[in-house]
Amino acid sequence: MSGAFRTATGGRIDRARPVRFTFDGRVLTGYEGDTLASALLANGVHLVGRSFKYHRPRGIVAAGSEEPNALVRVGVSENRCTPNLRATGVEIYEGLVAESQNRFPSLAFDVGALNDFVSPLLPAGFYYKTFMWPTWGWHRWYEPAVRAMARLGRAPGAADLDAYAQLYAHCDVLVVGAGPAGLAAALAAAEGGARVLLCDEQAEFGGSLLDSNEATPQGQASLAWMAEAVTTLVRNPRVTMLTRTTAFGMFAQNFVALCERVTDHLAMPDAALPRERLWQVRAAQIVLATGAIERPLVFPGNDRPGIMLAGAALNYLRRYGVRTGTRAVVATSGDAAYEVAIDLATAGVAIAAIADTRQDPPARLVARARDAGINVRPGTVVANTVGRLRVSGATLASRDGGGSGRGQRVNCDLLLMSGGHTPSVHLFSQARGALRFAPALGAFVPDGDDGAVVAAGACRGVFGTEAAMQDGRDAGTIAAMRAVQPSLVPPRRAPLALPDETAAAAAPVSANGRAFVDFQNDVTSKDVELAVREGFVSVEHVKRYTTTGMATDQGKTSNINALGLVAQARGTAVPQVGLTTFRMPYTPVTFGALAGPARGALFDPVRKTPLHAWAAGQGAVFEDVSLWKRARYFPLAGETMAQAVARECRAVRGTAGIFDASTLGKIEVVGPDAAVFLERMYVNGFQKLAPGRARYGVLLREDGFISDDGVIGRISVDKFHVTTTTGGAPRVLAMMEDYLQTEWPDLRVWLTSTTEEWAVIAVQGPRARDIIAPLVESIDLSPGGLPHMGVAIGCTLGVPLRLFRVSFTGELGFELNVPADYAQSVFDAVWARGAPLGLVAYGTETMHVLRAEKGYIIVGQETDGTVTPDDVGLGSAVNTRKPDFVGKRSLARAAMQDPSRKQLVGLLTEQPRIVLDEGAQIVADPASRKSLGHVTSAYESATLNRSIALAMVAGGRARIGETLQVPMQGRTVPVRVVAPVFYDPAGERLNG
Amino acid sequence: MLLIPCPYCGPRPELEFAYGGEANMVRPADPALLNDDDWAAFLYQRSNPRGLHAERWRHVHGCGRFFNARRDTVSDLFQASWKPGEAPP
Repeated sequence: MSGAFRTATGGRIDRARPVRFTFDGRVLTGYEGDTLASALLANGVHLVGRSFKYHRPRGIVAAGSEEPNALVRVGVSENRCTPNLRATGVEIYEGLVAESQNRFPSLAFDVGALNDFVSPLLPAGFYYKTFMWPTWGWHRWYEPAVRAMARLGRAPGAADLDAYAQLYAHCDVLVVGAGPAGLAAALAAAEGGARVLLCDEQAEFGGSLLDSNEATPQGQASLAWMAEAVTTLVRNPRVTMLTRTTAFGMFAQNFVALCERVTDHLAMPDAALPRERLWQVRAAQIVLATGAIERPLVFPGNDRPGIMLAGAALNYLRRYGVRTGTRAVVATSGDAAYEVAIDLATAGVAIAAIADTRQDPPARLVARARDAGINVRPGTVVANTVGRLRVSGATLASRDGGGSGRGQRVNCDLLLMSGGHTPSVHLFSQARGALRFAPALGAFVPDGDDGAVVAAGACRGVFGTEAAMQDGRDAGTIAAMRAVQPSLVPPRRAPLALPDETAAAAAPVSANGRAFVDFQNDVTSKDVELAVREGFVSVEHVKRYTTTGMATDQGKTSNINALGLVAQARGTAVPQVGLTTFRMPYTPVTFGALAGPARGALFDPVRKTPLHAWAAGQGAVFEDVSLWKRARYFPLAGETMAQAVARECRAVRGTAGIFDASTLGKIEVVGPDAAVFLERMYVNGFQKLAPGRARYGVLLREDGFISDDGVIGRISVDKFHVTTTTGGAPRVLAMMEDYLQTEWPDLRVWLTSTTEEWAVIAVQGPRARDIIAPLVESIDLSPGGLPHMGVAIGCTLGVPLRLFRVSFTGELGFELNVPADYAQSVFDAVWARGAPLGLVAYGTETMHVLRAEKGYIIVGQETDGTVTPDDVGLGSAVNTRKPDFVGKRSLARAAMQDPSRKQLVGLLTEQPRIVLDEGAQIVADPASRKSLGHVTSAYESATLNRSIALAMVAGGRARIGETLQVPMQGRTVPVRVVAPVFYDPAGERLNG
Repeated sequence: MLLIPCPYCGPRPELEFAYGGEANMVRPADPALLNDDDWAAFLYQRSNPRGLHAERWRHVHGCGRFFNARRDTVSDLFQASWKPGEAPP
């Protein structure tokens, strides 16, 4: 038994395979091939959700992805569940668990439905007009309350266990949609020699052909044609076929994003399969055969469970063998509903009446219906409906009376509506294709042919199976010719000739009671009228104010009706109102599909130095610096970070420390004009820098602000070893390439990134020379032989060595640059030699403290993109005798020399144990709260046995000696402004 | 994702490129000769058209070279690309 409303035969379900599933805790049975929606309807379940704002009972409206109401949460465990799925797209499998949403405590009794009684207080934009007092009330009271009342499904509470795949694909012709037009297009394109990719969002190819009734000879033919077409395509190796695959985004240059649902329909999926695949397709030609969506009619009470689209009822009957009710009223403004009514009557559904808004429906249709015993009432509209959890009756009234007042009450448990068909132009419009209004359809269709995208079938206004097939064949042929033989003059498609006469207006009836335009966001016709009355003229503003079309269904069933209402309220025509912008995704896409494998450890690449394993083995604590993992400190057993850093600092100042500086960016600048080039890039002079010497270089942007810094060593006349900040290497290299290639292509200079080629082992401290001396070959390490800022080429342990005598600690220091592959062995040798002498490994935190004690800046910490060299006390590095360098002209601006600019200073707290917060503001008078600057660096200094801080303070150098205030959480800390060098101001220790 | 015609490597996906701003913003031979307004114009003022836009791209994850291209800022379609120093087609 799989439902009382199942027909005895027919449909594309497998009646031999019953499937048990659970909805809101109730165990139900369907058949393989059912969607959740069809299986629920087969069991007589129409009530599936509560509406977003008023908590009104809602039922299944549609049969496809346009469904606005039937949103469910599927899945049992928090790490494998998905909220907000359309029941019409969920295929049932044995054991599926689904739940309705936005209701408490239950679907049938929902306390939130109180909103419906106070609905006059909740018109469009009510949250802009009410809840205004007190000013902080919105965040604390109102918004949490509104969000609790009006919501979609609950987000999963645990990390997603499923895997998601991503791939790129290329094809000659991508066909989106596999209905009659799409299948015909794919066949024609494949015959034309094109590589074809065909995708369809449904579980089965066929589109509207799947609705065909097998009992009729005509239906037999089209289903047989469909089966043959699919077989032909499957056998063609040049054709890729994807079911359950939604083309959700279309972008410039025929780039289309597809989401393939691989395992969601399986009870026991293969663990090796991803849940979904994101296809990124570049197609030479695209055939859009995306079909059309039926429009609801806008009449009072049009949202009760049991009120659905006429085409959907036909789909459920023919494709799933489900009668959606026992007694139906059919309300229509067009021809299509007559076939539905006759078919339903044949299947045993009593048709109480066809209410046609038109005064003169085609006599042929009326006669056919009356032959089937159906009461046809021209010029009739639905004036109201009744029924709490399911429609139980409709009031039919004359259209001339405006649907008001006296009408006739007709009992029914099913009300079908058909307001015409809207071509699905979403993808076409997303890719910025132009649309035109087709009065005959009351909707928009693609306008023209840009030579790369062809629309076919119902999505361009060609209705009927035979006509759609023919249109699809033409489209496929043209697309294949353009893709495969682009040298030929590409044929253009003539625009479709559509009659100009206006379709019978499905004029929404504005009577008493609420007529819903957008079911998912609970927008009524009165909301739209109110928005226009309040002065919202642009349809984009009406959309945002009323939220019509802004739900997860993106207004698939509501947009055109909303446009009609705006036009009516403004007394103009739909084309003058215009159309809102279509945006991707066509249907919601999981974050998993978009993220793909880029989760957890694969979220970002991780860069590790050649010495990483050693540091990890020492128990180092790492920090992220750009993509690098850097050892921050090396705690001994039981040590806190502060204790470890203090010990490391004392070791460097007292004996020696060893530090992995491999992450420094390195660029080899080579060529006869290398010195000229660097002189134009950096503020410093380089032409006179002798080989074997190094210089601290400052790089500005053209606007005069510091971009990067680093030591630059001249290896030989035409070769420089340039270092950059850890995070700045790619930026600096790109900037150098830019100037070299586009401004100064005459310079003979070549740039190579050598960051990963050289590992850098820094040995710093009074005993640094003693430690490395026995390991260094053919370099004179004496103070005269290799003075501070000297660079020498040599050897260590038989490995090439570029030895820099540089210091970022203020101590005697060396940096051993060795090929990365030998870094660990050289490091081991230095460690073996140094450890007995007291050598200690230190990390970035100690490096930061030591350099701050010396007032050395870190670009990005002391600087923020608005800082000149003079601001941070580096004015003397700027070689003003040079005719030009990047940023020089900007430094000449008066504002750049203003003495009140923020300048680098040191701050000492009056209480030495207080460490300031980095980023804290600095004021002269706590009462005025006028900020003079901010703290850029602050540490506990073991060397000085007190806290120190660096800061950027307005007119700071002139304030040395003053006392300022630093407001921090809960207290204001007095500080003394001092010079930014706290230790060894004469720099004598460098010369050890 | 755009498909960008590198004049050296052919059409390649956008991921391989870095945008380089408007083309033909020539750095003055001697910036010192410019007054503040002219210098500010060089630094900051760009045409930002709706429609065809001559701009620089760098095939940073490919050949590494800068080139010029003309793109329609409405449709994002590339009309042409050419090497630095060449006349635009």
